[in-house]
Amino acid sequence: MKGLRNFVDNIKPTFTEGKLSFLASTFDAFETFLFVPNTTTKKGAHIRDCNDLKRTMTMVILALIPAFLFGCFNTGSQVGLEGVNALLYGLVRVLPMVAVSYIVGLGIEVAYAQIRKEEVAEGYLVTGLLIPMIMPVSTPLWMVALGVAFSVIFGKEVFGGTGMNIFNPALVARAFVFFAFTPQMSGEKVWFSDWKMMGAVDATTGATALEQLATNGQMQWSALDAFLGFIPGSFGETSTLCILLGGLFLLWTGVASWRTMLSVFVGGLSIGYLFQAVGLTDYPAYYHLLVGGFAFGAVFMATDPVTSAQTNLGKYIVGFMTGALAVMVRVVNPAYPEGMMLAILFMNALAPTVDYFVVEANINRRKSRVKTVK
Amino acid sequence: MSKIIKLRKGLDINLQGKATQSLVELPMAAEYAVSPLDFENVTPKLLVKVGDKVKAGEPLFFDKNNPRVLFTSPVSGTVSAVNRGEKRKVLNVTVAADATQEYAEFPALDLQKATRDEVVEMLLKSGLWTMILQRPYGIVANPADMPKAIFVSAFDSAPLAADMNFALKGEQQNLQKGIEVLSKLSGGKVHLSVKAAAEGEMTSLKGAEIHTFEGKHPVGCVGIQIHHIDPIAKGDIAWTVAIEDVAAIGRLFSTGKVDLRKVIALVGSEVEKPQYYRIISGAPISSIVAGNIKPQAEGDSVRIISGNVLTGKKVAADGFISATATQITVIPEGDKYEMLGWISPRLNKFSVSRSYFSWLCPKKEYKLDTNVNGGPRAFVVTGLFEEYLPMDIYPMYLFKAIMANDIDKMENLGIYEIVEEDVALCEFVDPSKTEIQQLVRDGINLMIKEC
Repeated sequence: MKGLRNFVDNIKPTFTEGKLSFLASTFDAFETFLFVPNTTTKKGAHIRDCNDLKRTMTMVILALIPAFLFGCFNTGSQVGLEGVNALLYGLVRVLPMVAVSYIVGLGIEVAYAQIRKEEVAEGYLVTGLLIPMIMPVSTPLWMVALGVAFSVIFGKEVFGGTGMNIFNPALVARAFVFFAFTPQMSGEKVWFSDWKMMGAVDATTGATALEQLATNGQMQWSALDAFLGFIPGSFGETSTLCILLGGLFLLWTGVASWRTMLSVFVGGLSIGYLFQAVGLTDYPAYYHLLVGGFAFGAVFMATDPVTSAQTNLGKYIVGFMTGALAVMVRVVNPAYPEGMMLAILFMNALAPTVDYFVVEANINRRKSRVKTVK
Repeated sequence: MSKIIKLRKGLDINLQGKATQSLVELPMAAEYAVSPLDFENVTPKLLVKVGDKVKAGEPLFFDKNNPRVLFTSPVSGTVSAVNRGEKRKVLNVTVAADATQEYAEFPALDLQKATRDEVVEMLLKSGLWTMILQRPYGIVANPADMPKAIFVSAFDSAPLAADMNFALKGEQQNLQKGIEVLSKLSGGKVHLSVKAAAEGEMTSLKGAEIHTFEGKHPVGCVGIQIHHIDPIAKGDIAWTVAIEDVAAIGRLFSTGKVDLRKVIALVGSEVEKPQYYRIISGAPISSIVAGNIKPQAEGDSVRIISGNVLTGKKVAADGFISATATQITVIPEGDKYEMLGWISPRLNKFSVSRSYFSWLCPKKEYKLDTNVNGGPRAFVVTGLFEEYLPMDIYPMYLFKAIMANDIDKMENLGIYEIVEEDVALCEFVDPSKTEIQQLVRDGINLMIKEC
């Protein structure tokens, strides 16, 4: 450790004031990754909680791992592989996508941090993993790169970077790719890997569970298969079980808001049951939670603290409306079977308004409190 | 007794180095200091030069913004230095103490007959007026104002805080007298907030409305108590006085002397023997901590804080205790790199987040250093500050309003109700490492300037 520290101290001047000072933010990002800085408090509270954003973001990444690993396995198993082979196949298949996402995304983030002369924020560590997980596995890499670039620049940096963005950056990337390249991003083939290696066979392609439900009102898989995740879909979103495991972890560590998460599920279920009751759908409402991106969105996307509501009451409202809207789009809109992405993005836009009214109510309450006392 | 006000929100940070209940009587130190920096928004104008003789209770300087407010010497002696910082800003005025103390005489007032103006005048002349702070803003009160009420917190809930019942043992009569003086000043009631299930005689004080509070820090902060007793709205003025200062005011009216002796606690993980000391306000730090700091390994150093770890001021070893402090805390400096710290288990560090393990051992006493544990970021995590500010206020929105210099919003969102100490815990828990106390003070200063 001492040796490494000495090495870092030796090269530090080159980056802070020397020839490479245009890379100061980059250097700082790597340095603070290796070593928690030795900065001490100057004023205010002399001691500080040891939690920081690096830790917080790491927790989200840990929570994503079960769904990620299952995504790998499912990718392999859709092309006829089993066990460890399926997992390995999936890992190899998705790795380029993850790499492209991180290289492009972090590259832009670092460049912006450099321009602003700020430290590199950690937000993209999570976004960078989320993006491959919500893409179909056969998404061409150049599309991923374009989506990432669009989302980081126009979804985040133009607003001022991590913490200032209005829309969830990962979903901005997904929406961009979906709407810019609709023909390539829909249909039946894109959900299956087309790489012939490790003995993979041609997948029996077909409509996703979500599409089958939307067109026929039933799907070829059992609810249990859908819950476990053995269905086609975007890379990381298929296994509700693994997502819930990650969700529990996020709730336990307090990183995600249980208010949002719970309300999304409640919202989705209530509208689902309503539609079932009036006969709009003839499959059970809980199917909505098992297929498509509902669970993934509820656990990892809707709970994004930056783009979701910021007040506790707002979290209930926005969460409920997100779930309700997602199911509504799925059922009522015939053209596009997945409603979660649009529901979350729409509620991202609406969340500040909801918060505004919650805060206004607080202001009025505090004003009237004065009148009653006097 | 009125009903107990229970606060659910807050946090008690369990630190090493609690004071044992033993009291050391410190002899007179060589030098004492009075600093205008212990008060907000005071522009000092000197009344003495180096070499002048002063008695205890005679003025050293006054506040230009409020010329009736005098700052007086805690001891008799010779003015030994006027220390200045950048732009010749006065840092403090030091007085070399005489061997035998002489006190400025203040004629005894019969509180039954004296007018409010006479009481105000006596407090102003003696310099004890500076113990009366005004809400909103937490600045020295304006003698021309009539407050709607005066609030006193009888306990301190900050980490390692002095037990005020112990520190004020034997002061019951002075406290009683002090309350009587405050009743004379207040346009309304005098509210005294005590801690639920605490021992001590403060609940038997007469002339004040007693409120009982229960909960975690910041339950002892007077701002939080005001919020739950009689909140401050736009245009309201309330005054606050620290409990040890109530005793000092009482002493002045009983004896006619400015006698600023008080009991403070020396605490913290780096203190060999944490205990209480009887000092005179403005005493040198060295006279209190000398020989009582644990030996440090090579390369390690300690931070001495005049006050508690959340709101106190960093002082040099040759500095002086601030007028408002009731404790000195000594903790290790955290000027060390920590390899991959953000991903390590960090069993010896404390976090309110369950992503660390401190929730597993709620009884554990921590030795925390001054490392920030991260770099400054934009606000990302939401819903956290609310858990550590037991007020009906949306702290994040208020902080953002301050950042945006939006006076209307600051006013609506509650700037009148808070000062730094009320939000110190928000600063402690913030994973984005924002300097929230400074932010709040900047916001308050903007309000003072614009309104």
